[in-house]
Amino acid sequence: MIRIQDLHKISDYEWEIPKSYRQDMRVAVRLFVTRRLLEAALQDLSIEQAVNAATLPGVVEPVVVMPDMHQGYGFPIGGVAATRYPNGVISPGAIGYDINCGVRLLASTIPLEAAEERLDNLANALNHYCPSGVGSEGSIHLTTAELDAVCRQGARWALKKGMASEEDLRRTEENGCLEGADPGKVSQRAKQRGMAQLGTLGAGNHFIEVDVVDQIFDREAAAAMGLQEGMLTLMIHCGSRGFGHQICTDYVQDLQSAVKRYGIQLPDRELVCAPLDSPEGQNYLAAMRSAANYAFCNRQILAYHARRAFEEVFAGSGLRWQLHQVYDIAHNMGKVESHEVNGRKLKVCVHRKGATRAFGPGHPELPEVYKPIGQPVLVPGSMGTASWVLIGTEDSMTRSWGSTCHGAGRVLSRNKAKKDFRGERLRNELEQSGIHVRAGSMSGLAEEAPMAYKDVDEVVETVNGAGIARKVARLRPVIVIKG
Amino acid sequence: MNKAGFEELQHTADWALRVWAPDRAELFRQAALGMNTLMGLNFEEEAGGRVDLHLTAEDDESLLVSFLNEILFYLEIDRIGFEDFPLKLNGNRLDAELWGKPIRSIEKPIKAVTFHNLVVERGADGLEARLVFDV
Repeated sequence: MIRIQDLHKISDYEWEIPKSYRQDMRVAVRLFVTRRLLEAALQDLSIEQAVNAATLPGVVEPVVVMPDMHQGYGFPIGGVAATRYPNGVISPGAIGYDINCGVRLLASTIPLEAAEERLDNLANALNHYCPSGVGSEGSIHLTTAELDAVCRQGARWALKKGMASEEDLRRTEENGCLEGADPGKVSQRAKQRGMAQLGTLGAGNHFIEVDVVDQIFDREAAAAMGLQEGMLTLMIHCGSRGFGHQICTDYVQDLQSAVKRYGIQLPDRELVCAPLDSPEGQNYLAAMRSAANYAFCNRQILAYHARRAFEEVFAGSGLRWQLHQVYDIAHNMGKVESHEVNGRKLKVCVHRKGATRAFGPGHPELPEVYKPIGQPVLVPGSMGTASWVLIGTEDSMTRSWGSTCHGAGRVLSRNKAKKDFRGERLRNELEQSGIHVRAGSMSGLAEEAPMAYKDVDEVVETVNGAGIARKVARLRPVIVIKG
Repeated sequence: MNKAGFEELQHTADWALRVWAPDRAELFRQAALGMNTLMGLNFEEEAGGRVDLHLTAEDDESLLVSFLNEILFYLEIDRIGFEDFPLKLNGNRLDAELWGKPIRSIEKPIKAVTFHNLVVERGADGLEARLVFDV
């Protein structure tokens, strides 16, 4: 087990595990944490999993871990690893089963006090229009050809169907579509799972939230994003549903033999990988991009449904019900990006699992509106607490592979949370504090109790203090929809 | 302690299970029963159809993960589950005739069965495996 003495303190917000800590490490691990968060992280296997990630062939210094880290499987949640392109490896387990799980934020100009009497109706309407829960199916049943089109076009498919605007796409990571997706590399099983689930939220920690902008920290950035204090916003957190889960399952299984073929030694079989330039690596990359595009399209369709709910509730009220997109960002993804390493441009595959891309000001991949300020970073908190809007910085580009945190991060096991909290009681407490809750499963609600998570404010203060993101606005929930 | 069984282990973000049994076939059966329990499956009364599984893999761990993922697939696509898992193992081949039942409700789904630190090994209680599920 790793002890605090094994780490070097660099600053109040940054620690390092040197490459010498374990013989099979190829690079050091850099942790963006306070001492308190570090001590909490040492209670589970998250840091050991980060050390394991530092053994991946072709990994470039350093592997990075965010303050919301927690134990995952193979690779820690909150981890970032960049591998040299094209002869480093790509690892499906280092991206996760919910490929392109991510967050979308839309903003309104509806003041909370004017909407308060309608919030219950709004919760019902959102719950009605946005299908959620286990194995939920939406109103869209795709043919194989349509599913292939979604894989290739991502959110643009929704634009062609009248469920998106060009502005929505401009304010989405990669304009809502990764190049290089190939549905021919996706199994029939994954396609079967994907056909009926487009436009659905699913279950687990996924949610739709209506928040109010509680506090603004950066007026210029908030104005560029269209965020105003006291106004309602809508946040969507979900991913590629069963389609992505099956793609990851298929490739984690297939690559078990590839690692032997390429003579790759790994400390954990969930980290299976293949060289990026191998047929196996290329096939996974093409399939993973298909799932990523499915997820961009999924969140776009959910946003379309949410807009219908807002229209139904607020049309005729004298309030402007329109929701404009702030941004849509992934936090489980593998992306080929160019980064500066030791003064030279290097092409790498950045694996982010439970970590958000956070490009700084001026980055060519940002839409014009965000080039002067940096990329919006959306950080959902635990249910009933707060969520945050941040922006990427120059420092995030040079110190954390253009990445930052993605949420609050769990501290309590699901098993313990279910034992300690009752879903019905939790719902009542949230309702009493003015949060309208719609949840499909009470035990699922108990597992997501706010007390099972770290304090999101502390996580945000850490990345802000470390300089790998900057605070823009804090959001407070008023409606929570959970599957 | 029973000769075969399963118990939930603590895991921060996901679900984990320790499974033990005197032989491989029973170990696989216990793993599937444990997964049913974690998900909180409720079955309808009516009988469903028969599902034949024929799987091969290069080792016990891959075969176990394949088998459990196969069950998750039927659960999501056909909304059927299985109350029991009679199966035969011959080397790296698994054959099972399973009787499915429609699912009335699931408390919490599992996205996938992982290979994280998975080893099928001989322990004090016979064969043992620790499984981590992504939820």
